[in-house]
Amino acid sequence: MDLQELSKLLKTQLAHLLVSIPDAKDVVLDPDLMKPLDRVAGITFLKEHGVSKIFKLEPNQKSLPGCGKRVYIVRPRLVTMKYIADHINTEIAKGERRSYKIVMVPRKLHVCEMILESEGVMGHITIDEFPLELFPLDSDLLSLELPEFFTSFYLDNDTTWLHTVASSLVNLQRLFGRAPNIYAIGKGAKMVHELMETMFETHKDRKDKTFHIGQIFLVDRDIDYISLLCSPMTYEALLDESFGINCGMIDFDGEVTGDGKGTKMLLTSQDEIYTQIRDCHFSQMFSYMRDTAKKLQELENKKNNLQSVGDMRKFVGNDLRVLKQQQKLLSTHISASEAILKMKGKTDFEDFIKTEHNLLEGIENKENMTYIEDCIQKQFSPILTLRLMCLASLTQEGLSQREYKALKTQFLHSHGFEHLVTMFRLKKLGLLTEQESSQSSMRPAAVKVPAVSAKKSNFRALNRKLGLIPNAEEINLQHPNSLSYVFSGAYTPVPCKLVEQILTRDTLIGLEDVGRMCGGLYADVKIKSQVSSMPGPSNPAMKVILVFFLGGCTFSEITALRLVAKLHGYKIIVATTAITTSSRFIESLVEKVNR
Amino acid sequence: MATADWNPLGDVYYRKCELYAMEWCGLVDLAKHSVATSTYGGPIALMKDESKLSRVVTNVKPVVSVYNAAGRLQSQMRWNSGNVITMGWSSTEELLCIQEDGVVLVYDMFLTFKRTFSMGQEAKDVKIIDAKVFSSFQGTGIAVITTSLRIFVVSNVDSPRIVRLAEVPGLNEPPSCWSIVVTDRQARALVALGSNLFLVDQGGQYQQMVLVRLDSLHAGPITEMAVSFNSKFLALCTQQGALWIGSSDLQVTSLSRNRQCLCFVIQYYIYLCLKALYNMDCSVYLVQEEDGLRIIGNDTHEFLQKVPAVTEQIFKIGSMEPGAMLFEASKEFQKRNQKADEYVRMIKDRLDTAVNQCIQAAGHEIEPAKQRMLLRAASFGKCFLTDYRPEPFVNMCQMLRVLNQVRHHSVGMPLTYTQLEHLSMPVLIDRLVVRKLFGLAVRICQYLKVPDAEGRSRILAHWACFKVQQKNEDEDKLARAISQKLMDVPGVSFSEIASQALEYGRKQLAVKLLDYEARASEQVPLLLKMGQDQTALTKAIDSGDTDLVYTVLLHLRDKKQNSGDFFMMIRTMPIACALYIQYSRQQNLKLVEDLYYQEDNSLEEGNCKILRSYTMEHIEERAKVLEEATNCFHRCKNDFAVKQTEEQVRLMRIQRRLEDDSGRSYADLSLQDTLHQLIVEGNTTWVDKLRKDFKVPEKRFWILKINALAYGEDWMELERFSRSKKPPVGIDAFVHGCMKYNNRMEAMKYLSRVTPDQKVRCLVKVGLFKEAAEAAVELKNEDDFGYVLSRLGSADRQVAEQVRAMRGQLSSRR
Repeated sequence: MDLQELSKLLKTQLAHLLVSIPDAKDVVLDPDLMKPLDRVAGITFLKEHGVSKIFKLEPNQKSLPGCGKRVYIVRPRLVTMKYIADHINTEIAKGERRSYKIVMVPRKLHVCEMILESEGVMGHITIDEFPLELFPLDSDLLSLELPEFFTSFYLDNDTTWLHTVASSLVNLQRLFGRAPNIYAIGKGAKMVHELMETMFETHKDRKDKTFHIGQIFLVDRDIDYISLLCSPMTYEALLDESFGINCGMIDFDGEVTGDGKGTKMLLTSQDEIYTQIRDCHFSQMFSYMRDTAKKLQELENKKNNLQSVGDMRKFVGNDLRVLKQQQKLLSTHISASEAILKMKGKTDFEDFIKTEHNLLEGIENKENMTYIEDCIQKQFSPILTLRLMCLASLTQEGLSQREYKALKTQFLHSHGFEHLVTMFRLKKLGLLTEQESSQSSMRPAAVKVPAVSAKKSNFRALNRKLGLIPNAEEINLQHPNSLSYVFSGAYTPVPCKLVEQILTRDTLIGLEDVGRMCGGLYADVKIKSQVSSMPGPSNPAMKVILVFFLGGCTFSEITALRLVAKLHGYKIIVATTAITTSSRFIESLVEKVNR
Repeated sequence: MATADWNPLGDVYYRKCELYAMEWCGLVDLAKHSVATSTYGGPIALMKDESKLSRVVTNVKPVVSVYNAAGRLQSQMRWNSGNVITMGWSSTEELLCIQEDGVVLVYDMFLTFKRTFSMGQEAKDVKIIDAKVFSSFQGTGIAVITTSLRIFVVSNVDSPRIVRLAEVPGLNEPPSCWSIVVTDRQARALVALGSNLFLVDQGGQYQQMVLVRLDSLHAGPITEMAVSFNSKFLALCTQQGALWIGSSDLQVTSLSRNRQCLCFVIQYYIYLCLKALYNMDCSVYLVQEEDGLRIIGNDTHEFLQKVPAVTEQIFKIGSMEPGAMLFEASKEFQKRNQKADEYVRMIKDRLDTAVNQCIQAAGHEIEPAKQRMLLRAASFGKCFLTDYRPEPFVNMCQMLRVLNQVRHHSVGMPLTYTQLEHLSMPVLIDRLVVRKLFGLAVRICQYLKVPDAEGRSRILAHWACFKVQQKNEDEDKLARAISQKLMDVPGVSFSEIASQALEYGRKQLAVKLLDYEARASEQVPLLLKMGQDQTALTKAIDSGDTDLVYTVLLHLRDKKQNSGDFFMMIRTMPIACALYIQYSRQQNLKLVEDLYYQEDNSLEEGNCKILRSYTMEHIEERAKVLEEATNCFHRCKNDFAVKQTEEQVRLMRIQRRLEDDSGRSYADLSLQDTLHQLIVEGNTTWVDKLRKDFKVPEKRFWILKINALAYGEDWMELERFSRSKKPPVGIDAFVHGCMKYNNRMEAMKYLSRVTPDQKVRCLVKVGLFKEAAEAAVELKNEDDFGYVLSRLGSADRQVAEQVRAMRGQLSSRR
């Protein structure tokens, strides 16, 4: 099974959409969709299908220049609709005549149509949709590129995107066959599973295709915030944290490349060197790269003992080109790693990590709190500070009231009053809470809106059950055998651990308590994969697993799942609503006031 | 004898066969009715024609009856509208009744009124004298001629658009005859004025036509004219009895030996003159078909056609065609005569042609017995062929079975094979559905293995739609009956049936049927339409499709005048509530506050107020909203938030005052930033006041002040500050402060006062690696030494080497 099939399908659909408007047209893109569309189709593809100019949709534009036909490719958001209506109304007032088409991604929403209607532009536009749902970022990675999923679902209880998730999975299974086994971990996951069932019911397929994906795991983000907050330790995750990987693309600035120009790079498994090192623990990186450099050197040395003209031609024809390319890639990766080291050096990295690890282990509480206070007093970045605060609260299952108040007051004084709202949000999600006692006089927030009552962390119990923090001696960073290596052995991401547990046990028995702590563990199993009494080769597709993260995942978690696949002989495909980092995660929750 | 009913005309044969003995025999006299018949074996409409009947003018309204082609009564009603000029059938088998005042009433075959349209104001005002129904390129058209002698045309009765044709010059009395010719996708009228003929079109052009040969005959004025089925030929009849036949563009005259043309000649010979070629009485009605003529009489319904070529080849006496030989052979074979073999040998090398001819000829026969004989011959011939493809034979058998079924007098559709080919099978099935012969239609579909989506499912859906119209049936029973039949049928939309039920005013039934609809996206809009708001909302939420929920919510919001009612309705459903809040948040923050207020969720209400305060321009306005927020927090007993909000209000007021005093803006700065700015400006009074007021902890204040002074490059003050009293933060903070603003010189000043445990780090900070290393050695602190090593990266090589060399020193000293 090849995930590129998805890309091909999307490309065909996009081509149809563009060709349906004859002649030249301009395209206005939602900023959120620029990278995804670039990955799926690319600029040349658009140009080949009659697109003359490409604009970016921005809030302050009143109108746009360009030719007589315009296509907006946007997410169905109310604000976006208003911008578009503004464009159209201004341009009509100016007497410019155009045909407009609005393409909503991934589907058109009635609410948006109502907005357009109330703005009075329905008569001038046609509406279409482009089902850009899951698309491949790599041979084992699919993404919806919907970062807002997290806040909209977990914070605001808006289930809109759940539908998108379910429909994306249904469409995926239409292509690759319906997976027989589905595990849902968490509330949202269960809802998605139910939605999927309904969707399959309403659009009955004629016949069952053979399936290429054996098992699907749906995982709710809110079962494990800690792994989101831990500092990454593997190369790919560090790259994302330091430079930001957007749709598998990374932008290095001039400082990294050293030539002052900067470069763009596509980070996929096509890059051999990258495939080797992406999952390496950072401490092992340089030795790996040294080995690779040596290998390349050997290859290069080959040119000195070329015997015949034939050899020479072969060398120049194949090896040389590959060699040059690999050398270039290697040097970029080396300078990137150096840049990461430098960045870490600038901040108080060692102390930060130490505090982080101490918090996870639950030792030296007093020092930890002092360090956090220091962070506020020394005016460290609010994001980093919040990260530690949340981590402290999660690991201690709530801060003591005194600490909670003191930290919050200091934080507000330092970074602004608007963060009162940020604090509410963190509390609502259960990220930053206080231990309950006399404060329980706070009325239990209206029963009918259950989400308001803060979720409680159950880190300690989960840790006991799953053994999330291994003994430091057992960790082998060079040849990892425990998932926790992605955080230098300090912590194991719960979703990955659960997937490993379920795959190896092939049963949920014994995981009932864990399930309860995660908001529910459901299984819809049609084929038992490892029935020992049944000899003979089992279906190889059962070894293909899809893990879907609702609300995003980090590269650390993806790396951990790659290890699960390697250790137990599975092929794991990771699908997610978006790839995130701890900073991006906290940032999405921080109130930003336009000053 | 197969050729017994053949009549020769020149070298062409015509044959006539009886389709039906009319069931109306003895009950209906065609002479007393005006008649309209639909082509392709469609129904017959009769209206008692008073003008044909009585000398006495009565006020009794006529009766309209519809019969099938076999004369079986389908429906009947008393006409209760205006004076009908002409009746006709549309291509979709709707009855068109054109009234004197230009109003066209459209009925279905069961005389259920469907719709009406008018032929224009002028037609209404001055009345019309004649009307024609014609088949246009778009479907069925109507043309009327008014008393003012203008012609109006509608090309498609399904979407009537009235076009006026050009006026005929010199026309001041009704034309003796007129007709519509459709050529080049346009309807034109041919109007006869005496012996002149005019062609008028939609573009306002008229053209006087010159008739070749007719002029020379001095035949007198034209009295009758007719256009052929395919609009290609025209026949004219003059007062003197001359008949002119030619192409409809009047270019070619009949005398060309065109066979088809001749066929047409015969038809119109009959049609125009009603002469007794077949000795018929006058009360017959003739219908043009594609391949012949139907003759409807009081007793019988007959079909007259030119004998098809292939039939002629087989049955013509003395024919030596392979088909004829094969037919003979087959007959001999059944008689067990050895002649069969002889015949087959004669046509051995043309046997496939022979088989094809027999199959084709079978298609042209009406009587099953003859069909059977021919098919048997074909089958017999097939036995001698090794690689004959069986499809034509099988297809023909299937088609004939279908044709024989629909020809049965209970169905009454006398279609020929040629007509069916033109009509196509899907249309035939549609026509059966229109006739409410659902069972037959389903069986035909199953017999022909039509896919369910186009066949069975569709027909059953139509059946259900028809079923819901039966008002006398019990709703429960109906719903059950429909669901039983349709549950396992894929692709049936229950919502469509329900909406049909709704249209017929059966709301309860519609609700029941909707319950079976699996797709919520179909279900919900209809529920809303029926006013089942609560159910709609529940279904929408269950579907998990938020877009549907929004549809319902916004519909309800617009519907309910009182927003309180609306909130009450949705507050029991958390998902709906959350969605509506999301929607409002983007539209109007104030509304969200109201929602939270309604819900008694003071915490969220307060949050909203805080957010809203930032959108306001003036500080006082903001302060007011924040004070409201304080009240909210009071209500939910969140003392922390109360205190913070109150402090913020206080801070804002102070900032305002500072701004008034100094003219510099402090708006939107946090407490920290305000203090920072004040220190930089040297405003010590306010710094102290704020510090006391907001209880800024000592340590934070020191770090803040160090940084602010360093930022303001007030090194003197910084120095003084460091000596003012024992710093609660350690001297290293000063080093860091200086280095933050890249003043190494100043930073060095504090180095001597740094406590030993911080010394190494501070030395590293100012870049004195060697000294740092030495200090670490001094302190025998390996951790610190490691720290120095890790930071060496950017130091110059010499220093680096020196430091590395010291490592040995450290271990040796131990």
